[in-house]
Amino acid sequence: MTLWDILLQQLFNGLLIGAFYGLVAVGYSMVYGVIKLLNFAHADIYMCGAFCGLILLTFFAPNIGNTWFGIVVALLISMLVVGILGVVIQRVAYQPMLKAPRLSILITALAVSMLLYNAVLLMTQGQVRAFRTGIVDESFFVGSLRMTDTRMVLLISALLLMLILHLFITRTMYGKAMRAIALDHDTCRLMGINVHKIIALTFFVGSALAAAAGIMAGVHYGTVHFFMGFLIGLKAFTAAVIGGIGIIPGAMLGGLFLGLLEAFATQIPFIGTAWKDVFSFAFLILFLIFKPHGILGRRVSERM
Amino acid sequence: MAETKMKEISLKPFERGTERLFELFDNKIVLISYIILTLVFLIYLPLNSSRFTQQIMTNFFFFVVVCLGLNIIIGFAGLLNLGYAAFIAVGAYVTGILSATYGINFWLTLPFSIVAAIIAGLALAGPTLRLRGDYLAVVTLGFGEIVRFTARNVEFTGGAVGLIGIERPVFFGIVLNQITHFYYMFFILALLAIITSYRLRASRLGRAWEYIREDEDAASAMGINVVSTRLYAFIIGSCFGALAGSFFAVKMTAISPESFTFIHSVMILLAVVLGGMGKIPGVVLGALFVTLFPELSRGIGQYRMVIFAFVLLVIMLYRPQGIWPDRQGISTKL
Repeated sequence: MTLWDILLQQLFNGLLIGAFYGLVAVGYSMVYGVIKLLNFAHADIYMCGAFCGLILLTFFAPNIGNTWFGIVVALLISMLVVGILGVVIQRVAYQPMLKAPRLSILITALAVSMLLYNAVLLMTQGQVRAFRTGIVDESFFVGSLRMTDTRMVLLISALLLMLILHLFITRTMYGKAMRAIALDHDTCRLMGINVHKIIALTFFVGSALAAAAGIMAGVHYGTVHFFMGFLIGLKAFTAAVIGGIGIIPGAMLGGLFLGLLEAFATQIPFIGTAWKDVFSFAFLILFLIFKPHGILGRRVSERM
Repeated sequence: MAETKMKEISLKPFERGTERLFELFDNKIVLISYIILTLVFLIYLPLNSSRFTQQIMTNFFFFVVVCLGLNIIIGFAGLLNLGYAAFIAVGAYVTGILSATYGINFWLTLPFSIVAAIIAGLALAGPTLRLRGDYLAVVTLGFGEIVRFTARNVEFTGGAVGLIGIERPVFFGIVLNQITHFYYMFFILALLAIITSYRLRASRLGRAWEYIREDEDAASAMGINVVSTRLYAFIIGSCFGALAGSFFAVKMTAISPESFTFIHSVMILLAVVLGGMGKIPGVVLGALFVTLFPELSRGIGQYRMVIFAFVLLVIMLYRPQGIWPDRQGISTKL
């Protein structure tokens, strides 16, 4: 393989991983947009989504589980279930804290995250579970680029989800309401927007996308485990910051960007695969120093 | 006056009960005699108690120091640090490497440990605090993992095995190697931490923290530099952690990356939140709870973390001011 081939391959890998990051980052960004909260539980919602998908696939397995159709059904149901989980979390834990100081709601979010994480840890006994889809994966070549069916489908569906989200945010009434709430809660209330309902909807959409990303990651890596959310949570947050937190297209772009960056970083001899997590964290710090408002962010000074 | 009346009426029964309990401490003479009694008790305790008791009490003193350190960051300045264990690790590793690899006297490693904490604090909080305080939570969370990962993967920290054979400190010709020695060492350290915390809170800096926490814009308008004042809190708190880490290293003589995980950060956070953020006696109480809880809860084993998380959630939702109610009503807003 020539250097060019390797780079092309890494471009594809980076896009795929970046799409996962983007899907999770969108959830961080949306929630941050409407209630200015860093939702720590989001990474665990992603993990719950993956497990929900695993349970459904196991359940469907005798009938339709081993087809793409089965996976899509499992994906949609998981998105629904986990979306509702997100709304429940928002109602129980975050709603009463909306008027409280920022620190209190951050600690609440941390507590919810720990609760989900440890609950799943107990239920799975801390084991890594195989995520079997039963799909025979054919690989093919485009030029010198080696691809597989699964990865192609994953990349396309992730991009499709992002597109749908983008249309939802920009073209529908609900999307407009979300963008309005990000600006000013009280004025929205005066304009007849049911603020709590829209906040709940935001959590639903964000959580559903995280669940989708979780299942896709399960299909991609072939395993799911209780700590799968931790690292991707950090990465997705980085992605959201890179894109400018609160800006939804920014989060998607940030995700793709970070994915590409990591994929190429693994090719640098000194960094390699072992240090790529440290690399993206260092990158977050650098970004905060030099471009704190992200790629698409405007210069606004916000306070804690 | 009218306001305090209103507050008392609106208190829930449980709160009224604890308020009455803690009213005992309002009387100065009663308070001072309690403090003296406690001190005398703690000084005499090692003379006729088992090694196990001393071990637990030493742990407790260690927790007091780190919890008070985190309290400066969270309670005084209102910043969330989720990787506090990493700062303890920084201190422990600096002392460990300097004394085990280079054979430097323990007491001389302490300044290096503080410098390392200051550098780490500046590198993390410097760029983050200029923006939004809540970014700091994620950055510190990431830092916690990165420090652990680095400690596990580079050679001079001993990798996953960690550092072993850290030399015992010598104090005026006595080699400190008994648990009783460390009991007194950490006892003095905890006392110093408590006194420093009180002095800090009463200082100009401490009042600036309180001002910023209550009303950032007003504080800024009064000429307080919000960013650098918060940065001071973060760095001073980190130094507490690093110092405690240095002493931890010589007490254990062996440290590994697994001594400083996210769980440890969360335990310390829980102690601070439980005791009531910003309240020094409350935080000491929280430290006691966190030290004793694992001993008391051996039976529930694997459910421990779930219960921790649940306790944290319930406190935040129903009693954000912690178990020790605040008589002056300053930090109820926090």
